[in-house]
Amino acid sequence: MSDIDIRKIVQEELNNIAPEVDMATVDPAADLREAIDIDSMDFLNFVTALHHRLGINIPELDYPKLITMDGATQYLQSHLKPAKG
Amino acid sequence: MAEFRMPSLGADMEAGTLVEWLVKPGDLVKRGDIVAVVETQKGAIEIETFQAGRVEKILVALNTEVPVGTPLAEIRGDGEPAVVVPPAAPVPLAAPPLPPQAPSAPIRVPASGARILASPAARRLSEQSSIDLSTVKGSGPAGAIIYADVAQAGAAAPPAEKRKAQWLDLGAMRTAIAAAMTRSKREIPHYYLQDQVDVTGCEQWLTEKNAALAPDSRLLMGALAIKAVALAARRFPLFNGFYLDNRFSPSQAIHVGVAIAIRGGGLAAPALHDTDRCSLDDLMSHMRDLVQRTRAGRIRGSEISDPTITVSSLGERGVEALFGIIYPPQVAIVGIGKVVTRPWVIDGAIGPRSVVTITLSADHRVSDGHAGALFLAEIGKLLQEPDKL
Repeated sequence: MSDIDIRKIVQEELNNIAPEVDMATVDPAADLREAIDIDSMDFLNFVTALHHRLGINIPELDYPKLITMDGATQYLQSHLKPAKG
Repeated sequence: MAEFRMPSLGADMEAGTLVEWLVKPGDLVKRGDIVAVVETQKGAIEIETFQAGRVEKILVALNTEVPVGTPLAEIRGDGEPAVVVPPAAPVPLAAPPLPPQAPSAPIRVPASGARILASPAARRLSEQSSIDLSTVKGSGPAGAIIYADVAQAGAAAPPAEKRKAQWLDLGAMRTAIAAAMTRSKREIPHYYLQDQVDVTGCEQWLTEKNAALAPDSRLLMGALAIKAVALAARRFPLFNGFYLDNRFSPSQAIHVGVAIAIRGGGLAAPALHDTDRCSLDDLMSHMRDLVQRTRAGRIRGSEISDPTITVSSLGERGVEALFGIIYPPQVAIVGIGKVVTRPWVIDGAIGPRSVVTITLSADHRVSDGHAGALFLAEIGKLLQEPDKL
């Protein structure tokens, strides 16, 4: 799956939480809690949706890595690829 | 014969508009079934029946605004005799034949020929977003179309129309909040207390527990705090109940109202029913469901009218302490601040601990600061043993 596909999934799931936000206008390096006003329940729903969609079980310890759109995209990409050498 | 009436969904509600019937005469209903949808200042509310039996008669037509207490339908209880029917016109066992239709105005039916099964929320969303229900595939019970199906169909529909979370009328909601809070400040002599609680143990317990769980089943600190408040309210009944007609009636049941912020500026505090008797896992899943439904404008009538005490938590990005305003006719609201790391003295040594400020706003007509302090201390004590919550 390409970075573009993954970013699209991330944006879609964030839009399910914050439907009024145009994700194209959100700085991909911005802290999502500030940028689109999400709380811990919203973030849990985001992580749950990603788990259902991509089969990646994101542990709580990794939450900080997904707090920006760039971070989330990178994290998911690296966990989708089969581990090499 | 019982009458199903327009319920009062809060002290400030005088009338409601009936916008959807989910039952028709002859239908069997059981306690807790959603039978109608009523439009109020708080948005469209799904109304449950507390009377089991057969719907005998619908008394109010759609889109009629009626005062609180107006009978909307008649429901015959299980044991009650049937209404006397003239022998010449026995109640048909089979569905009555459809009235003949003018050939010039055919009714469009879905392929199966049956009425489309869809939840009220799904119907509302389909109307609002102009999505034809007959084009949506249902994933609910018996293939019924549920909200998520319509939402998905809407999201998939090209061109991707930007969806807005406007199933709720935030202007009307603000009016309702203003009315309730003004009344509270006018009538309720509040007193305020605050206490700091070390929740390091709760955090460790949550980290360990959640590490083994998929995101679906993970718990949040909020669930622990709400459960602790519910258990403390059991021991301190002066903070759980209603003040009506110049007297306080404690409530046996403990239904914690959870303050939920609505995107775009709104607030509702629907009940988590029987909070004290729910396991933490159940509490958490009920809470997730409640938050989701509230933000989508799908609260049930009993959730609006039942809270016996409220908990307000501003979450991790909030402030250290918040002092709530009591939602009448309740008599107490507990505020949970954000968890912060602070230097703390344990066994004579200073170390970093996770600390949360818990506040109580309570009604001086019912209790005093002394009882309030004990109530707050009990909440703090319960949070020291998260595995027992």
